[in-house]
Amino acid sequence: MVTRASIGPLLNVLASGLLLISFAMLSRRRTQRLIILFAWQGAILFLSTCLVAYSSGLTELYYSAALTLILKVILLPWILHRLISKLGAQWDSETLVNIPTTMLVGLVLVIFAFGLTQPISTLATTITRHTLGMALAVILLAFLMMITRRKALTQVIGFLAMENGLFFAATSATYGMPMVIELGIALDLLVGVFILGIFFFQIREQFDSLDLHHLEALKED
Amino acid sequence: MNVHFLISGWPGHALPSLLLIIAAWVVIGLAGLLRPHSLRFVAHLLFPLGALGCLCVALLAGTFLVSGHEPEVLVLPLGLPDLPFHTRLDALSGFFLLLLGLAGAGISTFAAGYFRSGEGTAPALLGLQYHVFLASMAVVILADDAYLFMVAWETMALSSYFLVTSQHRIPDIRRAGFLYLIMAHVGAICILLSFGVMQGGSWQFTFDAMRGASLAPVWATTAIVLALLGFGAKAGLVPMHVWLPEAHPAAPSPVSAMMSGLMLKTAIYGMLRISFDLLHVRYWQWGVLMLALGLFSALFGAIFAAVQTDMKRLLAYSSIENVGLIFTGIGLAALFEASNMRLFAALALTAALVHALNHALFKSLLFLATGSVLHATKQRSLGKLGGLIRRMPWVATLALIGTLSIAGLPPLNGFVSEWLLLQSFLFTPQLPHAFINMLVPLGAAALALTAALAAYVMVKFYGVIFLGQPREASLVEAHDANWLERLGLGWLALGCVLIGILPQLALKAAGAVTGKLLSETISPGFSIWLIAPVTPEHASYSALIFLAGITAVIGIAFVLVRILAHGRIRRTAAWDCGYPWQTSRMQDTAEGFGQPIRHIFGTFFRMERHLPSPSDKSPHYRIHIEDKLWRAIYLPIGRGVQRLADVVSVLQGGRLSIYLLYSFLTLLGLLVFVL
Repeated sequence: MVTRASIGPLLNVLASGLLLISFAMLSRRRTQRLIILFAWQGAILFLSTCLVAYSSGLTELYYSAALTLILKVILLPWILHRLISKLGAQWDSETLVNIPTTMLVGLVLVIFAFGLTQPISTLATTITRHTLGMALAVILLAFLMMITRRKALTQVIGFLAMENGLFFAATSATYGMPMVIELGIALDLLVGVFILGIFFFQIREQFDSLDLHHLEALKED
Repeated sequence: MNVHFLISGWPGHALPSLLLIIAAWVVIGLAGLLRPHSLRFVAHLLFPLGALGCLCVALLAGTFLVSGHEPEVLVLPLGLPDLPFHTRLDALSGFFLLLLGLAGAGISTFAAGYFRSGEGTAPALLGLQYHVFLASMAVVILADDAYLFMVAWETMALSSYFLVTSQHRIPDIRRAGFLYLIMAHVGAICILLSFGVMQGGSWQFTFDAMRGASLAPVWATTAIVLALLGFGAKAGLVPMHVWLPEAHPAAPSPVSAMMSGLMLKTAIYGMLRISFDLLHVRYWQWGVLMLALGLFSALFGAIFAAVQTDMKRLLAYSSIENVGLIFTGIGLAALFEASNMRLFAALALTAALVHALNHALFKSLLFLATGSVLHATKQRSLGKLGGLIRRMPWVATLALIGTLSIAGLPPLNGFVSEWLLLQSFLFTPQLPHAFINMLVPLGAAALALTAALAAYVMVKFYGVIFLGQPREASLVEAHDANWLERLGLGWLALGCVLIGILPQLALKAAGAVTGKLLSETISPGFSIWLIAPVTPEHASYSALIFLAGITAVIGIAFVLVRILAHGRIRRTAAWDCGYPWQTSRMQDTAEGFGQPIRHIFGTFFRMERHLPSPSDKSPHYRIHIEDKLWRAIYLPIGRGVQRLADVVSVLQGGRLSIYLLYSFLTLLGLLVFVL
């Protein structure tokens, strides 16, 4: 059994794991790998939320941890997996900027996020306050990933990863959001993935590919 | 004691009854949706009900004005939380409600007979838009806080936009509607900003708070200029007038009548409310500004009306002229008031108010008459009308009354207000500003010129449409208006005649307003025979005696002719100057009638003329007249907006990752900014 004193360092380790996965996502080319990484991110999120719940004694956080486990570790990866096998889209996803440059930009973002959250971390009273910087870094890295990808599916994974970061930021800064909001967000995510799945089929039907550069012709001249 | 309370108590309930009627209008509008395509249900049942509501409004407002009661205030349990709607009925709103009710009753009655099925929007939708328009105008007049005022103002703009574009399948009409919508919104923004300035940092948007706010001179002047821009855009003051000549011809005639007769007056009301009530006219420069804009609009409108060949465009320009006259009166009143000459201020304001009432009556009458002509002949162009007095005697006779009124001939109502306005100009030499004293006679001259031009325009309007010979063969089949249309026209004509013969009625109503706003009324003791604005020695006018004189002269002449010339009439063909036949092509045309004006005031226009050569086998004469201001002001603004939009559209690269980058950078920027 973990002691309360060891929870802080343990959380930091988990947060670093999240960050590491974010970097891994930036560098991965294959869509299937990305989904597995996303599931791992969810698993770490689940663990960290459980830890926070245990240390703070808030039963509500256990619920959200369970929600994370069901939704982000099992359901969404499964849906995405089925989607790509149905679309036959297990191909490589190429990056717009080459990977070392993306990594360097990511590093700058991490430093930026840490610098930014310094004043907040000193103000917060939660046990997880030092991880806020990492949470913000995860959000920004996911955003960066969305910018650098050009396939519709990887965009969605980037979006989901960003939500993971947000969720982590919420638990680390204020012990999570109210249950109602969390449930709402979970539902939004699920519905969003469904709708985007439908869009994938539409886009493919229209352009014979899921490459988003075909959509560039849609602007008004 | 109890009886006294009862008698004096019942007008105390005018405001709730008025609000009930307004609600009833909305219900009437919605009721039409029950049977959306039934013309009989909508036109023959709902519109007359609406007219009845108008009559009740006029009656309530009239009794309120005459009784001279204190303002009534009511806070409605509607609106946003903590921001309820305030309403207030005072003399000023009472006067404009009276105007709305009187003219609205006529227009609604006419509309009941006017709308045909299968023309543009379905009857029920027209009915809904029409009654919402009516209700929103009444709410604008009753509003007592900026919030309700703006809500009603925008409702008014939107409902009238839909009415204007009821024949939306015609591209020109869509374009006119769009122009109207743009101008209405630019105006609304100006008014909103004006209210924002007037709350003076208290963030209280009730009119009561604004009355009490103490503004620095700069801010008070900013507020009045913004209000002038905003209300000017709605009223059609030059140079914000461009939408008027486009939107009025595009709309169905009852709607043109509503817009010109009533909606322009809500702008006048707003201007009066802000300048006299909320800001208590402080600087004479405000008066000079309004006076100059008003006079220019009046002259501009009259000149442009003279060269129009579309009968509804002609009336639209004539509306610009009349609004100019009203603003001239308001400006003079402000000038006098700021110079502490209360009595003369009351005189000028009375002139403006009475002219507003008169214009509501005769301009509605004329627009409705053009509607009847349009239905009977399917022609709007003056060049294809003529000789309709024989085919449409009712419309011709009633339109003649409106034409004489608008031309400012005694003993009709137009003369009364124009005479009062000229009278108030005559007192300007007593102003304590030397320069103004020198310039004002020019203004009086411009006013006289405008009045003369207006008469010229009306001779053209009436002469070309109703007199002479029909210019098209199809005009022979023209039929007169139906009984509902006649009733509506007759009601408005009756108003013109009554106010002309008994101007005391209108003066008493306007006196109630000036009494409250300026604590001064003109000639409180005038008799039924005579009105004398300041002293009978100075100037006086007696409509009844004038009427008696005219009747006597005509009667005597008639009798004398009967006696002296009876039985000595020889009917034979007139000497025909060597021309064996006369055709309709030989009469003066609308273009020909306006030609002298076009030459004299050539600098105002931008003309494109196409003259046929003498050897042309089938000669065509074409002339295109444009407003110089359109090219000078509006096109550059339009180009500027287009250029700005082009610059902004560079942002739309089409690549999703670029868009994501925008939000990413915004996020980073905001994070840096916040922390």
